[in-house]
Amino acid sequence: MAKYIVKRVLMALFTIFAIATVTFFLMKAVPGNPFVSEKSPPQSVIDALNAKYGLDQPLHVQYKMYMGNLLKGDLGVSVKMSKNYPVINIIKNNFPTSAKIGAIAIGWALIVGVILGCVSAYYRGKPADSTLRVVCTVGISMPSFVMANLLLLALCGSGKPFPAMFDPSTWKSFVLPCAALGFYPMCYIARQTRTSMLDSLNQEYIKTARAKGLGTWKIVFKHALRNAFIPVLTYLGPQIAFTLTGGFVVETVFSIPGLGRYFVQSISNRDYPVIMGTTIFLASFVIIMNLVVDILYKVVDPRINLAKEG
Amino acid sequence: MSENKHLLEVEDLHVSFFTPAGEVKAVGGISYTLDEDEVMGIVGESGSGKSQEAYAIMGLLQSPGKVIGGSITFEGEDVLAKSKAEMTAFRGSRAAMIFQNPMTSLNPVYTIGNQLIEALVTHDKSISKEDAAARAMEMLTMVGINNVEQRMKQYPRELSGGMRQRVMIAMGLICHPKLLIADEPTTALDVTIQAQILELMKGLQKKTHMGIIFITHNLGVVAEICDKVCVMYAGKMVEQGPVDDIFYSPAHPYTEGLLRSMPRVDADSHERLIPIEGTPVDMLNPPEGCPFAPRCEYCMKVCLQKMPPYVEVGEDHRSACWLRVQEALEKKEGKNDG
Repeated sequence: MAKYIVKRVLMALFTIFAIATVTFFLMKAVPGNPFVSEKSPPQSVIDALNAKYGLDQPLHVQYKMYMGNLLKGDLGVSVKMSKNYPVINIIKNNFPTSAKIGAIAIGWALIVGVILGCVSAYYRGKPADSTLRVVCTVGISMPSFVMANLLLLALCGSGKPFPAMFDPSTWKSFVLPCAALGFYPMCYIARQTRTSMLDSLNQEYIKTARAKGLGTWKIVFKHALRNAFIPVLTYLGPQIAFTLTGGFVVETVFSIPGLGRYFVQSISNRDYPVIMGTTIFLASFVIIMNLVVDILYKVVDPRINLAKEG
Repeated sequence: MSENKHLLEVEDLHVSFFTPAGEVKAVGGISYTLDEDEVMGIVGESGSGKSQEAYAIMGLLQSPGKVIGGSITFEGEDVLAKSKAEMTAFRGSRAAMIFQNPMTSLNPVYTIGNQLIEALVTHDKSISKEDAAARAMEMLTMVGINNVEQRMKQYPRELSGGMRQRVMIAMGLICHPKLLIADEPTTALDVTIQAQILELMKGLQKKTHMGIIFITHNLGVVAEICDKVCVMYAGKMVEQGPVDDIFYSPAHPYTEGLLRSMPRVDADSHERLIPIEGTPVDMLNPPEGCPFAPRCEYCMKVCLQKMPPYVEVGEDHRSACWLRVQEALEKKEGKNDG
C-alpha cells in the first residue's frame, strides 16, 4: 500500500510537470499580450513592462525561469488583474470561498443524488422513478447559468428571501449558489446510482439478503448500494475538484469573489502567471482527488487490489 | 400447537407472472404437506415452476409474479395473509432458504462473519455482539468449516464454492428455522463437493429435525436425501409420493421418462440412456389437457382435452395421468362385477 502511494505521488508530480509545460507553451502560443488592449499605452511603456516581467526574453528562457521558480514554490505575481499581487495569495484569498460553496454543493448533491438514485432504482418503472428520471434529465441538460439565473430571478432581491449581493457573513448568501452549483452533479449522481443500483439489486446476494429477512432499508443501503457505489465514486473525484475550485458561471451570476473568476478571466487578460497558477492548482487538486478516490475504492470494495494495478 | 398439524400445508397454489406478452401460469395448482423432520424433493426440469413455488412460500416472488390462488399454511398460520413486515420477520427466522449458486449468493463486499451475524441480529435484536459472533462461529463449525475465527474475517471470494455453500447453509440455519428450502443447492458444485454437501445436509437435518424442501432436477440427489417426492411438469404436479414408490413404481409417464434418462451405476455399461423426446411446454400458450401429453408415448385423445384428476395409486402416492384413471375405473368395475 505504501509502495503504491509513493508510486502514485511520483506519477502525480510528473503529471503536474507535464501539465505545466503544455499549459505554458499553449498559453504563449495564443496571440496577444497582457499590456495590449483597446487603449494601449505607448510602445515604450509596453516594452518597459515586458522587460520588467521578463516577457522580452526568448521563450525557453522564460520557461526555465518559470519552472525554476515553480520548484521553489513561487508562482509569481499577477501582471494584469491585480497588479504585482502574488498569485499564491490570489489562490489563498479566493479559494476558501469557492471551496466552501463547492463543498456544500457537492455534499448535498452526493447525499440527495445517491438517495434519489436508490429510490428510483428500487421503484423502477413506478411514478416516483419516472418523475425522478425526468428531473435528472432536465438537470443534466440544463446549463448551470440557466439554473442560476432562474433561482436569482425567482428568489433574490428586495422582498424576496435571499440577498442579490454576495455577503459571506450570512448563510443566506450561500443557499442559492450551492443549490445552483450542486444541481447538475446531483442529477448526474442520481442517474449513475440508479443505473448501477439496477444492476446490483438484481444480483443473487440481494435474494439471499431478502431470504435472511432483512428490511428494505438494509437491503438497499447496505447490500446493494455498496456494490453499486464504485461508478459514483469514479465520477466524484474529479467533480469534487472542479466544484471546489469554483464554478465560474455560478460565481459570476451571484457575484461571488471566488477562484473561478480568476481562472477564466486570467485567460482573456493574458495574465500569464495567474493562468499558470490557477491551472496548476486545479490540476493538482484533480490528481489528489483521483488518488483519494482510488484509495477509497479499496475501502468500498475489498476485492479491488491496488498494488496489482497501477 | 396441536400435534396433528402439519408444518407446512400448500393447497392448490397458483402463481402467475403477468408479463407484457400475457399471463404465464408458472405454478398451476399444486398441493402437498410437509411435516417436521421430513425431507421432500421437488423435481422438475427448468421452467417447471419448482423454484417459483418455493419463492411463494418465502414471500420472495418478484414482480410481475403473484400468488393468484390457493393457500399456504405454516404451523397453522396463513402465510399469504401476512403483512410485509410480518413476512420480513418470518423469512430467515422460521423458514430459511439457500440458493443454487454459492459463488454469487454471498455479498462480495462483506466478510463471512458480518453476513452471518447480520442474519442473527436481524431476528434477535437483544443479542450481544460477542454472543452473536460466538453463535456464528458455532454454526460454521457445525457445517464443517475449520479455522472459524479466521474464516469470520474472510471475504466470500477467499473461499471455494463448496465452502461458500456451507456458509450459506450456516447462515440459513443460524436462527433455527423449522423449514429449510434448498433451491438446487448442489447444482453448481462439482460431484465430490455435491456429495459432501448432501451428507452435511442429511446430518444437520437429523440433528435439528427441521423440514426440508429440496428443489432439484437431479433424481440421484432425491434418492440420497428425500423421504418423499413431488414431480412437477409445466407448473403442474404430475406425481407425488414416498421416494421408494416414485423410484420403484413410478405412476406417471413423465416420472418414468426422468428415471430412464438418468444414468445408473447398476446398469449394464453399454445400456443407452433414453431421453424424453420433444421440448418443454411454451408456458405462454400451454396446451389444453395434460401438459405432458404432446411428449407422452401413451398419449390418448382425452389427454389432449382435459387435465387428468389425481388418482391414489398407493399410500400417499398420487398421480395425475389418464392411464391411472383408466386403471382405477377398471379395478372398480372388476370389483363391482365380482
